[in-house]
Amino acid sequence: MQHPGSSLQNSSSTGSVPERVLVVGASSGIGAALVRQLASEGCQVAALARREDRLAELAADAPAQTVKVYRHDVLDAGEVPALLERIVGDLGGLDTLCYVAGVMPMVGPQEYDPDLDRTMVEVNLLGGMAWCAEVARLFLSERRGTIVGVSSVAGERGRRMNPAYHASKAGFSTYLESLRNRLEGHGVRVVTILPGMVKTEMTREIDKLVWPITPEQAARTMIATWRGSFWSTRFIPLRWCLVMAVIRAIPSRIFRHLNI
Amino acid sequence: MALEMGRVGIERVEGWGMSVGSVARVIRPENLDQLRAVLAEARKAGVTLAPRGTGCSYGDASTTEQGWCLDLTHMNRVLSFDESTGDADLEGGATIRQLWRRSLPSGYWPKVVSGTMFPTVGGAAGMNIHGKNNFKVGTFGDNLLEIDLLLANGDLLTCSREQNAELFHGAIGGFGMLGIITRVKTRTQRVYSGDVRVRGISCHDLGEMMEAMQELVDVADYLVGWIDTFGAGSAAGRGLLHDARYLAEGEDSDPGKTLCLEHQDLADSVMGVPKAEIWRVLRLFNHDLGMRLINGVKQVAGRMESMRGWHRQSHGGFNFLLDYVPDWKYAYARQAGEGLIQYQAFLPSETALDGFLALLAEGQASGHVPYLGVLKRHRPDPFLMTHALDGWSLAMDLKVTAKNRAHLWQTCARFSQICLNAGGRFYFAKDQVISPSVARASFGARRIAAFRELKAQADPQGLFSTDLWRRVFEQDPDQRSHGPWPGQA
Repeated sequence: MQHPGSSLQNSSSTGSVPERVLVVGASSGIGAALVRQLASEGCQVAALARREDRLAELAADAPAQTVKVYRHDVLDAGEVPALLERIVGDLGGLDTLCYVAGVMPMVGPQEYDPDLDRTMVEVNLLGGMAWCAEVARLFLSERRGTIVGVSSVAGERGRRMNPAYHASKAGFSTYLESLRNRLEGHGVRVVTILPGMVKTEMTREIDKLVWPITPEQAARTMIATWRGSFWSTRFIPLRWCLVMAVIRAIPSRIFRHLNI
Repeated sequence: MALEMGRVGIERVEGWGMSVGSVARVIRPENLDQLRAVLAEARKAGVTLAPRGTGCSYGDASTTEQGWCLDLTHMNRVLSFDESTGDADLEGGATIRQLWRRSLPSGYWPKVVSGTMFPTVGGAAGMNIHGKNNFKVGTFGDNLLEIDLLLANGDLLTCSREQNAELFHGAIGGFGMLGIITRVKTRTQRVYSGDVRVRGISCHDLGEMMEAMQELVDVADYLVGWIDTFGAGSAAGRGLLHDARYLAEGEDSDPGKTLCLEHQDLADSVMGVPKAEIWRVLRLFNHDLGMRLINGVKQVAGRMESMRGWHRQSHGGFNFLLDYVPDWKYAYARQAGEGLIQYQAFLPSETALDGFLALLAEGQASGHVPYLGVLKRHRPDPFLMTHALDGWSLAMDLKVTAKNRAHLWQTCARFSQICLNAGGRFYFAKDQVISPSVARASFGARRIAAFRELKAQADPQGLFSTDLWRRVFEQDPDQRSHGPWPGQA
């Protein structure tokens, strides 16, 4: 425990102050793209990830004083309160949390591995809950702030490929929806991002991507979404919204025979 | 470590009126061991602790721009309730709501409750709160039998009028600066119904209201006056007086029904608008013109209520007016740093009428017309830093915005001058504005020196400290005219 000292000031943003964003899962993919884009706009970014070399690169590439990096493993949820306090002190407050961390290990058609499954739930769901809950308490007390969670279209339906991944994303989507409903009317915005297939390290092994987008495109749309007020749940690209509406409507007895 | 001390996290810690606060580390111990661990940890780290309950004090009594905030709301058990005497034993973090919900089914109502049921009993003791019956039963402290006080060094002392009496009289109303009140034992009032008898008396001016109230002091159980703060000239201080009485035994034909908890529930909606959303409607009226209109309509409604004569209302419905509209403070503002302050002036009987008229006129002249005014009758009590005196109080809710803040604080300084000239007192559960010199002039240098002496004995290292303590008792006189604007601190 460290004394917060004088650096821990009121975290309300006043007009001209650049947005202060905390990105969990910043070392690659959408997270890294987010950090780069926010830093280029002059935002104050706290970038969190396990891989310190990647973080160092990110900070080195960004304009001076925009990106601060913190080594953090989302499996270590107990670290969250103290780390959040440190970050809020360093940034002089916080406006936005983005939870982007996620893993999708390849699971073979004959493979059933509870350890692998647990990792997915811990990273994709429990880590997200630990960060969102801690930040929600801060934002609620300030009646302001935005919480952005990256879930996935995979959470919309339980496909045959990777049960634990679908379950973890379904869980995170539902958690975010519930959080949004709780914080409605308290000045805190909760945004669910549902990307389709993004060309990142995560999807490298997949042979054929449907409507692939780049991490940069995803990051751009995400930022526009949380700064706007229209969408609280945003599919990227948008056409997934219609597709998933149809897929969600397929009865299970038919869905299990379809290879989609 | 976090587990040994309870939950630790950062939050904005603000006064109830929202116009003061800052982000702080908040620690929530669950039991005495964890609480002691927090104290030890803070001593080791060399930081101060700001004790806090549910944060119902309007101003800076539980906020802190330095050190850690010690939130005691998780130590909230009702320890025991004696059905034969009505004595209740509670942990400090238990709320007044928990107290009455435990006592009422057995036919007891707390002796003293505030206008909201959410303060903790530890906070109520620390701030020595009062209710609409202050003239009759005294303050919250007057009705306490004993408290447990955890000192900065970890010693737990039971304090009462007989045992550690000096600490008892200092810690009650000592706004948490002498130690943590971990347990309170309080008396409750025998009641024979879940209802009280109430009547409204409409008054044309302040003098008329005070006269009417004074006549009722010997017979009423509760007296409270609502003041139309926009009334001026011959109508200055007009309003509606409420006189409430407990029912005598047998007067309620079915006490079993009214004493049950459901009977005390406040309505879920007002005129079809769900309770939780009403503040949004009130917000549309939260400006001088709108509040003039609302106060005017209430004055007319008061005349009608006055003609209605005696009627019955539940204890909860009569006492907890502030809970009718949840989050009504959001009608004032939602952005941290804006909101409201309450200025409550306590004046002795001889000077009260003229003093209050001067306050109302000063508010109107300066452009800071209070949006709510409440008049109460008080009596003295034996506590060291008490606000209670043989006299009256006028509480005024004043809107704070980023723009009017500095000017409002100047106006409050003039309010304070009026109070001092009238021999007045201040109340730390409400105050957010008085300077050390005003406090010294009001409480007297001797009283303040005695309190400092007690503090030096009980907490020699100054472990317990809040924005209030630093503002009123640590700063050089008048160095700080108004609170720092959030972000510019």
